Amino acid sequence: MAPKQSTLLLFILIGIGFLCLFFTNISLGSITIPIQDIIHSLSGGEASKTTWEYIIINYRLPKAITAVLVGMGLSISGLLMQTLFRNPLAGPYVLGLSSGSSLGVAFVILGAGFLSPFLSNILLSSYGIVLASTLGSVLVLLAVLTVAQRLRDTMAILIVGLMFGSFTSAIVSTLSYFSTADQLQKFTFWSMGSLGNLSWNSILILTVAVIIGLLLSLYCIKPLNALLLGENYAKSMGLNFNKTRLIIILATSILAGSITAYAGPIAFIGLAVPHIAKLVFQTSNHLILFWSTLLIGASMMLLCDLISQLPGFETTLPINAVTSLFGAPIVIWLLVRKRS
Amino acid sequence: MSTTTILKASNVNIGYFDKKKNNTIATAISLSLEEGKLIALIGANGIGKSTLLRTLTGIQKPLSGTISLNGKEIESYSPSELSQTLSVVLTEKLPPSNLTVFELVALGRQPYTNWIGTLTETDIMQVNKALELTQIAHLATKKHFEISDGQLQNVLVARALAQDTPLIILDEPTTHLDLLHKVALFKLLKKLSKETQKCILFSTHDIDMAIQLSDEMIIMTPETVVQDEPCNFISKGTFSTIFNDENINFDANKGKFVIS
Repeated sequence: MAPKQSTLLLFILIGIGFLCLFFTNISLGSITIPIQDIIHSLSGGEASKTTWEYIIINYRLPKAITAVLVGMGLSISGLLMQTLFRNPLAGPYVLGLSSGSSLGVAFVILGAGFLSPFLSNILLSSYGIVLASTLGSVLVLLAVLTVAQRLRDTMAILIVGLMFGSFTSAIVSTLSYFSTADQLQKFTFWSMGSLGNLSWNSILILTVAVIIGLLLSLYCIKPLNALLLGENYAKSMGLNFNKTRLIIILATSILAGSITAYAGPIAFIGLAVPHIAKLVFQTSNHLILFWSTLLIGASMMLLCDLISQLPGFETTLPINAVTSLFGAPIVIWLLVRKRS
Repeated sequence: MSTTTILKASNVNIGYFDKKKNNTIATAISLSLEEGKLIALIGANGIGKSTLLRTLTGIQKPLSGTISLNGKEIESYSPSELSQTLSVVLTEKLPPSNLTVFELVALGRQPYTNWIGTLTETDIMQVNKALELTQIAHLATKKHFEISDGQLQNVLVARALAQDTPLIILDEPTTHLDLLHKVALFKLLKKLSKETQKCILFSTHDIDMAIQLSDEMIIMTPETVVQDEPCNFISKGTFSTIFNDENINFDANKGKFVIS
């Protein structure tokens, strides 16, 4: 069926909202840069002040792009998980990926005290943390995939993911018990997530990972629609269920794993955005949900980043606190409005 | 006029593979499902109707014997080939979603659509035909959770029809329906088997109605699984062997069960 006119209108509105947020996000911060100068600067021209150009190219633009990538990736993996597990509470982290990342980073930051100063310096560099986080989530991913191959029951995978989560957080707690206040603070800062501080090189790697994850998800749209009727109906309509499940888990792991490695475990977006997309577009068709989740996810993340560094405040709030503080009421409001 | 056999089971044993020994549920089943026939599968609870249906639809393997679908062994079908030959209506509840009736029925076209599921004109025509045949065209834009149980059952039948397969298998489609909707669904299935020349196999506990409306019946008892026309079963007295209880008897003259 061709998309209805209202759907098209919604897409245009959200698209415009996204563009506005993107430019506002670059514009606002400790120094406000006029939109005109941003457009000049981004289109190859020059901004009226060279410092502005420097800020845009080296700070604001990388951060905005990271926000877009993080928002898109986490939201899409949330959508995949919710349909695969037929569970509205599923998100990108149900497979225990963020716990795996946390474990890797905890080992590096909290365990560094046990190593020689030379080794711990290497490990504590930003690359060391990214590497540890990636390794952590890849290990959990491999464990989940091994279990998934042996289990026929999809719900069991959900529980296995949660078990991995509890297991790794227990190790993290033990590690934190034995670490210094300094180390603990560093770990807490990592766990609060951050969109800034990414070099253009890191952004390139993250972009490639997110694009691969999104392409895999795009390939799953038809199977995801079949899964709306449950596993058995989906199989009766010619779906190779095990293959589909593997691709979905792989896509989620690439998306959530790479994002957590670079931006920390960012909560809530992956869980909430698919719900917002479903409530706004009133559909279950994944072809529409895919694009709407992408757009809303990116916009939502830009908005949260904007709030975290509102002009007039000296300090910036941790992004993880903002996503939940401002995201949760939006979802509750949408649900209540739908019921009445 | 000769009829074509769509599904043929020869000397099939059904059950579950177990670690120590095979858990056999029924043995030596030979069936033949022909096009244009409405066939009822009946038997007491726990006799293995669901296991038989699962085996016939290729979800689980038979312990021994062969099942051939359109002359080819069912195990050698790819999932996509099988989905173009056989469609199902299951008892399980649908997961919550925002699907409209049209979208739900259109999912039945998945075996024929491209990688992203675009509906062609043929697909839309088939969906509309299925909606018309099941008399639910007026519900097309409703969400699937907004309609009654009876209507939803028609939607699920329409989805199977849209899949455009020579064989449709329904697992207890009349459970949870009142008498009126049971009769309506049975008549619909009867009409579909005649108008579309499909073979329709369904399991049911509404034996009285199945006797009146189906072309053939498959009766499962602890001893055997037999297939014949309802009137032959009546004259042979097979119905009284279904329930092993002295209080339930089959009255051959009335064509229904009586409680003594």
